Parts: sequence; structure tokens; C-alpha cells
Amino acid sequence: MNFNITIGQYYPTDSILHRLDPRVKLAASLSFIIIVCLIDNGFGYAISAAFIAAAVWASNVPVKLMLRGMKSIFFFIVFTFTVNIFLIPGGNILFNLGPVKISAEALNTALLMTARLSIMIFASSLLTLTSSPIQLTDAIEYYLAPFKKIGVPSHQIAMMMTITLRFIPTLIDELDKIVRAQKARGADLDTGGAFKKAKALIPILVPLFLSSFRRADELATAMEARCYRGDIERTKMKQMKFGMQDLYAGIIFICICSCIIMANFIF
Amino acid sequence: MDIIKINNVGFGYSYIDEDSNKTMKTETLKNINLNIETGEFVAILGHNGSGKSTLAKIMNALLLPDSGEALIIGLNPSNESNIFEIRRNVGMVFQNPDNQIIATIVEEDVAFGPENLSIPPDKIRPRVDSALKNVGMENFALANPAYLSGGQKQRVAIAGVLAMKPKCIIFDESTAMLDPNGRKEVLDTAIKLNKEDKITIILITHFMDEATLADRVIVVNDGQAVMGGPPKSIFSQINELKALSLDVPQITELAYLLSEKGLNINTDILTIEEMVGALCNYN
Repeated sequence: MNFNITIGQYYPTDSILHRLDPRVKLAASLSFIIIVCLIDNGFGYAISAAFIAAAVWASNVPVKLMLRGMKSIFFFIVFTFTVNIFLIPGGNILFNLGPVKISAEALNTALLMTARLSIMIFASSLLTLTSSPIQLTDAIEYYLAPFKKIGVPSHQIAMMMTITLRFIPTLIDELDKIVRAQKARGADLDTGGAFKKAKALIPILVPLFLSSFRRADELATAMEARCYRGDIERTKMKQMKFGMQDLYAGIIFICICSCIIMANFIF
Repeated sequence: MDIIKINNVGFGYSYIDEDSNKTMKTETLKNINLNIETGEFVAILGHNGSGKSTLAKIMNALLLPDSGEALIIGLNPSNESNIFEIRRNVGMVFQNPDNQIIATIVEEDVAFGPENLSIPPDKIRPRVDSALKNVGMENFALANPAYLSGGQKQRVAIAGVLAMKPKCIIFDESTAMLDPNGRKEVLDTAIKLNKEDKITIILITHFMDEATLADRVIVVNDGQAVMGGPPKSIFSQINELKALSLDVPQITELAYLLSEKGLNINTDILTIEEMVGALCNYN
């Protein structure tokens, strides 16, 4: 089995984007994605695409590596494009291939949809490529902190995310071991229909679940032994700092976003 | 001064008996008594199910005695306000290296303990650096623990405990899942911490060879401390150890067998070097 997971793959290097405060990056990429979802104008997309291209260049992350990480999503984009182009009805027929009609409206929507998806994917992967998982969880904890008063356990959520990321490689190793152990006992995982294949997964998932519970129990004991008490009087070794470069980046970002929104209204 | 005093401590785990459907209690520790002095290197030996890991958890206030009294760094863990102070002074390294590392970066994990102790951020950094240096992992400060070897992960775990500046570290079978190289890395670190930093070390193990490194060995069987003394005097009592289903170090057993055959040789030999010396001087 191939377990090549690239979720949150941090690319450690030095660049302006890497040095920015993760809170700024998180807020910027989230608002950028929302803006890209709302606009429906070619000029807006052109500005967004140019901005993303500039950001990719500034991140020092090899473009090849970024594209490799998106391979699995590429299918999704092609699928959306195909569905849109064939299924949206319209009066202005461009091509007429027997029963299949492609209208100008459909082509327009399909192109915009593809642009929208690609820009969103680039924006979110830029965030995870340039900020380490710890920085991201710290940023999330920061933004959730005001909701602590209404009972949102912001520290616990951040801690859960950290532990989840920590255990992904460990559990993948374990899964691999269980698969091999079951195969050695004659388990047939690769043949049969979808139903049979799904059924064959039971003897793999049950031991994985059991061992996860055991690990969770041991980890909790180990955390307690190291004086963990939740977020009571807890300090942080690495403090997030909002510096001048973050301020400039924020201002530039807001200017570009205003351009995109204005382009959407003017044209 | 005694850093740990265990007086008549009893402890049992609750379970539901399937026949009578009643909650029962095991007798894991039965009025056990032992003292550990500050600065000592003590090995606690016992076969599986003898209660040695339970004893370790009592020493770290992860479990509280059902009866009797435990005094750790002079504090009683039954008083809830003492537990935090006990845990920051008595650190623990567990068996499975994977299940005690919390963060995705080595230095973040080492910082976890001091962060819980509310130490100001600028004072955590030097603690983390010196702890990593102490275990020889300073070049891995930014590595992902998932890709380290077992011995390296255990050394990160030790650094995590060291960063809390404890007086005592308990190794609860910390070498059981490691290969021989990893075991050596961990044991060398433990010895160094004991000799250079004067940290009390309690090594819980079922490897006899590891126990020979200690100043004192305590043998636990069936929830009681049955033997205690320097490694040489413990391991020369071969018949008693075998009766407790414990092995003796191979070399000690060889010396014992030789002396049974009538050779005039000491039965308290623990290492190959000692054996070589004894045989070369034999005539």
C-alpha cells in the first residue's frame, strides 16, 4: 500500500512568507479564499491569480513540489470542469455535437469555477507549506481564545490538533504492520467487489482502533507525569510576534483584496 | 536523606469478577516497604506482574496508595496540593518511546514539561538547549520525532524530563522495547545523569545485566520487596533468584557452576572482565 500523505506538508526554508506571523498568514489565506469564492469576474480572477503567483514566488517553495502535492486534487478540478461544461444549459450555443451542446455560459462558468478552485488550493497549500503545524495550531488557539468565555476549549482543540499531527506517521506505520500481519495470516485484501473489500478492512481497522486507545491512555499518563494540567498557568516557549513586516504584509494584502473586490463591482 | 520512603504501602486495581459480577480488587502491592536515598542509583527487579511498574507509578503520584504511606521528597501524595510538586521533582520515562512524545518537533516536546510548570518563555529556551545537550541530541532539536530511532526517541523523552530539573528520574522499563544499541544509549545517559548531575536514578527492569550497573538492587516479587543490597551480594544468591523465576547474569551463573564443580572462584562475579581476571589469576 502507498501511504504518501502530504497533508500539512511543511516545507522548511527561509523566505518572507515563512517569517511572517502565522496569525497573519492564517487570517489572510482564509479571507482570500472567501473573497475568491464571492467574486465572479474575470478581472478579479486575473488579479487574484497574479497575487498568488507573486506569493508562490516569494515563498521560495519549488513550484514542482507544490504541483506534486496537488496531484490528487487535479482530478477533482477536471471533474468539476467537465460537469459544468456539459450540464449547464444556455441559449448561446458554441458547439453542437449531436446530443451534447456546449453553451457560452457553460464555458464561462466552467472556466471561472476551475480558476476559483485552483486559486483556493494554491492559497491554502501556501499556508501549510510556509507554516509549521505547531505555528498553525498556535494561531488557531489564538483566534479561538476569545471564545473561551462561552465555553470553547481553545487550548484543548489546539492540543488535540498537535497530537493528531504527531501521531499520523506513527499510526500509518502501525497500519502497515497490521496489514502485513493479516496478509501473513492469509487475509485477502485485494480481490472481490467493493463490498467484499470493505468487509476485509474490518480485521485491519479493529486492531488499529484498539491500539490507538491504548496509545491514548499511555500518552495521557505520560502527559500527566510531566505536570500537564490543561491550560492552567501554562506558558509557551515560542511566542508569536507581530512585527513591522507583518504590518506591511497585512496592508499590502488588504490593498490587493480591495482591488479584487472593486474589479468585481466596476467591470 | 531519603528521597522516597514507601511504608507498608498496599495497592490494588479494581476489576469486575465475571462469575459473581462484583467489583473485586487485585493485590498488586502488599504492604511493601522500601527507602531510596538521594543520589542513589537503584535498580528494581522483578518478573512480569510482580508489581514493579505499579510501584513506579506510586513514586510519581500517578497512583495513590490504598493503604500505608508514601513520602516522596518528603511530601505525601494523598494531599492533592503536593502532587504537582512531586511530579516536577520525580520525572518518569516510560516503556514505549512512541507514546510519550507529544509534539512534532523535538525541541517543542522537550519544552512541554517546563511550559506546564509556568516557566517564563525566555527561561525555557536555555533549559531545553541544555537538556538536549545533556542527552547528546542537540543536533536533532528541529527534527521530527517520528523519524528518530528508538534509542533517540527515549533520549528525547529523558531530555523532556530533564528540562523540568527533577531530583529523581524513574525509568519504567524504558529499555524493554529497544535494540541493544538503543539500550546502551539510554543506560549510558542514566549513568551519566547519576554520576555528573547527581540525579537519583530508579531503574525498573527485568534485564539482569542492567541491574548490575546500579549501586543497589531491590527485588520485588508478588507485591513485596523480598531482597535488597548491592548487585554482587544479590546475584550471588543464585538459587533464591531462580526460585523467584528471575535469571541471573550469564557470567555470574558461569561462576556459580564453576564453583559447584569445585573450582575456588568467587560467585559474585558480574562482568566478563572480572571473570577473565579471576580465571587468569587462578591456580
